[in-house]
Amino acid sequence: MKNDVSEETENTPVVRNVQFEILRYNPDQDDEPYYQTYQVPCQEEWVILDAINYIKDNLDRSLSYRWSCHMAVCGSCGLMVNGEATLSCHSFVREMPDKIRIEPLSNFPVARDLIVDMDGFVENLASVKPYIIPAEERGLEDGWYNQSPAQLEKYQQYTQCINCMLCYSACPQVGLNEGFIGPAALALAHRYNQDSRDVGRSAREDVVSSNVGIWECSFVGACSEVCPKHVDPAAAIQQTKIAATADYFKRFLMPWVKPKKSSSLEPGDEK
Amino acid sequence: MKLDNGHYIRPLARYTWWTQQSSYIRYILREVSSLFIGFFSIVLVCGLYRLSQGEAEFNSWREALWSNGFALSIIVLFFAGYHSVSWFSVTPKAMPLTFSGKRVAPEIIIGAHWLLWLLSSAFVWLLFIYGGDL
Amino acid sequence: MLSVIHCDVAIIGAGGAGLRAAIEVARDYPDINIALLSKVYPMRSHTVAAEGGAAGVVKGEDNFENHFNDTVSGGDWLCDQDAVEFFVHEAPKELTQMEHWGCPWSRTPEGDVAVRPFGGMKVERTWYAADKTGFHMLHTLFQTSLKYPGIKRYDEYYSTAIVEHEGQCYGVTALDMRTGQMRFFRAKSVIIATGGAGRVFPFTTNGAIKTGDGMAMAYRVGVPLKDMEFIQYHPTGLPGTGILITEGSRGEGGILVNKDNYRYLQDYDLGPPDPWPRKKAMELGPRDRLSQAFWHEQRKGNTVKTAFGDAVLLDLRHLGEEKINQRLPMVRELAVSYMSVDPVNEPIPVRPVIHYTMGGIDTDIDAATSVAGLFAAGECACVSINGANRLGSNSLTELLVFGSRAGRNAVQFVNQLKSGVDEEKILAIAQQEVDSVMGLFQRQGSESIPALRNEMNQIMEAGAGIYRSEESLALAVKQIAALKVRFADVDLSDKSNVYNTDLIQALELGSMIDVAEAMAVSAFNRRESRGSHQRLDYVERNDQDYLRHTLATYAANAAPTIDYRDVVITKSQPAERVYGGDSK
Repeated sequence: MKNDVSEETENTPVVRNVQFEILRYNPDQDDEPYYQTYQVPCQEEWVILDAINYIKDNLDRSLSYRWSCHMAVCGSCGLMVNGEATLSCHSFVREMPDKIRIEPLSNFPVARDLIVDMDGFVENLASVKPYIIPAEERGLEDGWYNQSPAQLEKYQQYTQCINCMLCYSACPQVGLNEGFIGPAALALAHRYNQDSRDVGRSAREDVVSSNVGIWECSFVGACSEVCPKHVDPAAAIQQTKIAATADYFKRFLMPWVKPKKSSSLEPGDEK
Repeated sequence: MKLDNGHYIRPLARYTWWTQQSSYIRYILREVSSLFIGFFSIVLVCGLYRLSQGEAEFNSWREALWSNGFALSIIVLFFAGYHSVSWFSVTPKAMPLTFSGKRVAPEIIIGAHWLLWLLSSAFVWLLFIYGGDL
Repeated sequence: MLSVIHCDVAIIGAGGAGLRAAIEVARDYPDINIALLSKVYPMRSHTVAAEGGAAGVVKGEDNFENHFNDTVSGGDWLCDQDAVEFFVHEAPKELTQMEHWGCPWSRTPEGDVAVRPFGGMKVERTWYAADKTGFHMLHTLFQTSLKYPGIKRYDEYYSTAIVEHEGQCYGVTALDMRTGQMRFFRAKSVIIATGGAGRVFPFTTNGAIKTGDGMAMAYRVGVPLKDMEFIQYHPTGLPGTGILITEGSRGEGGILVNKDNYRYLQDYDLGPPDPWPRKKAMELGPRDRLSQAFWHEQRKGNTVKTAFGDAVLLDLRHLGEEKINQRLPMVRELAVSYMSVDPVNEPIPVRPVIHYTMGGIDTDIDAATSVAGLFAAGECACVSINGANRLGSNSLTELLVFGSRAGRNAVQFVNQLKSGVDEEKILAIAQQEVDSVMGLFQRQGSESIPALRNEMNQIMEAGAGIYRSEESLALAVKQIAALKVRFADVDLSDKSNVYNTDLIQALELGSMIDVAEAMAVSAFNRRESRGSHQRLDYVERNDQDYLRHTLATYAANAAPTIDYRDVVITKSQPAERVYGGDSK
């Protein structure tokens, strides 16, 4: 007995012909990127990713791009749609005109077609020591840290980052300033600084409160506008600016107060 | 520009990047507004200096502002307003306040700023009108 | 010239299990050289999409025996009980370790870790981080791994083959996707943590990357794939996209109704409907039973018709907006974005979609395979703790328990290794693997990758779906075998070097076809119904003949040979799976 695969549907899908202009680049044969045009019969509920998959499966096997979860949680599929940084799996064709321009994420080197080089981004994340730096070693037998819902709320928003890099594409300072570690890295630092289990703010300072850290930010705010997870990195950075400034003045006015440090040195931490 | 490793760099247009999006234009306007505020602060300092020189000098400064500087003053007023509005609207981002366990809504923080601005403006205005009688 | 990289432990896959293994090794054995290979950057691994939670005993009124019994009965007694015993004991420790590493577990008002009810569990023991537990666990693990410079990561390296010689593993060949260059990772031990194979089916919660590559790699060097016929349907995925709507939504009190607004699960030995919520009853029954109920409702014509086929309705309205925003914010977002339905005001159409592969690489309780030095952990492995049907929230914990175990045992293997293998021979085998991949570029094929992939999907859905039969399975076996032959003639349109995703899709398809064949043949040979393997022709469970694991062993150019191994029974004798009622 066959399981019913092709179930009867109420309506046959409505299809709209949309023209896609996609920026192509293959370093093996191209010195410069160029646009290639495709006509795609788009179904009503499709996202941009569905259209791109259609192109790869039916029109052009050589189109390369990243994707995986199709539910806006893995962060793979960031690209520019009509000049705006967005997730291709979360961007609905029904909200778009009949001509759609697709390009790889701005402010990143293009490796191939819609795939950008993101090694620099991962290094930026790593540079802020994005892990718990506890006040002292805690054994499993001591159980979990007590953390109230209010304490969790203080940093929870900043844990939502899916590392999709849209904020880096939106941020003009990332584009204009080589070395700026960027919104996601700073929001991640803030996430740990705000976590009640962590005392690592002074350990992160070198990078976070530097001229490639928060002080490169001029509060354009575009990062928070494009963030699909409402992390609000702009808020994280401004709050860090205030905290960093307060720390700085405390050091002058109250030099006897030492910043919190971890009693155990973790591998890779500077002293 | 194609790099040695094959990657292609598309640099941001150094002087015209901000024309690409409305949010960038609004940002540049906000930044430019501080120039006008800076300029007007200097005008006000001049006014203080004129005041220190005496009533006649101060009045001539005031009349110059009212006649020659009228249009400029209106422009400055616009930018001062824009400056305040745009900064008020983002202040909640830098001030995450909680009151008895719940996050204070951003609208309340913005509203409080407007209120303070109105009250202090009203105070200065009253001083201006009735100050002479004090 | 073959490019060779030497390391002590090579880990294939940087999801929950792979990262956990890497951290275990780096933290406790800093002198060990680790190569962590992944075909995607670690935060893209599919662990990220898991939502509901991770199980571990914490409550005073709970105990290990309860967790053990729930798991074994949930698995329809196909679980190896010694492994389950070990697993339930390690669970709370691993989850506490995650908390120390910063995982933002949701809390009780007193500040303790909170737990929620989950399908098939007698007492609440599912730790959760809002409704994005997998996401938070993966990011916690990845960020923690950045503490250890001993973990050398090779992101976007697609592993193609295990290099095996005379029953021992000597490393893995992998393609650097950036350059198209093949490299040989000459490793003293290898851990496979590549996840499941849901993309074999057309409707799945699984992301693009779940193509069973690691399973195929182990399979092709002689490691049996165990219990491949057991593939789990998650009862509540969005129609069309297959996007997962977490079981947590039912744990918080959501209900499932058919087109007549009737809570139909009470007709399938899961009732009575009230009081609700109630553990192990109704919508908190095990996933296989809920998916099977859908199939019957569909046959009876009780399902709702949507633009993407039949569905039932998940109603969350009675939970109220505040609770939904607090406990199920992602569910709300997903329903609104992808279905244009706001669960605060309307029920969400849902249907069973393929979600988890219970079966996988045959490993023992030490995460070791039959090839010396080759280990496996996570969804790609089958220990088996999940048996014929996995309980929700056991697999996230499984990643941690067996990931760390695989790490430790890989190091132990390395430390007791005696040298003395013919390196020339090893290099020759590696070179052979490399040549076979490069051969894809030379070939002028005639078969299209997407066409073969779609056919495979249709074959598996029709032949090995929620309910199977001798006829449907025999057909599937035959059709997959034919597909395998056609795959040998697959055409690579894109012959370039840099990020050639056509090539990657071809290699993934090859993995999927091998895995699909193991699934179909295993299912064909199991003539009983158990857990998620349900047959219309053999409707009863048959412990006499089938209280055993199916072992499918690879045969080149032929169907896999099928063998059986008895399930390890210690404390719990097979009994009837009872849900609903008073749910003792």
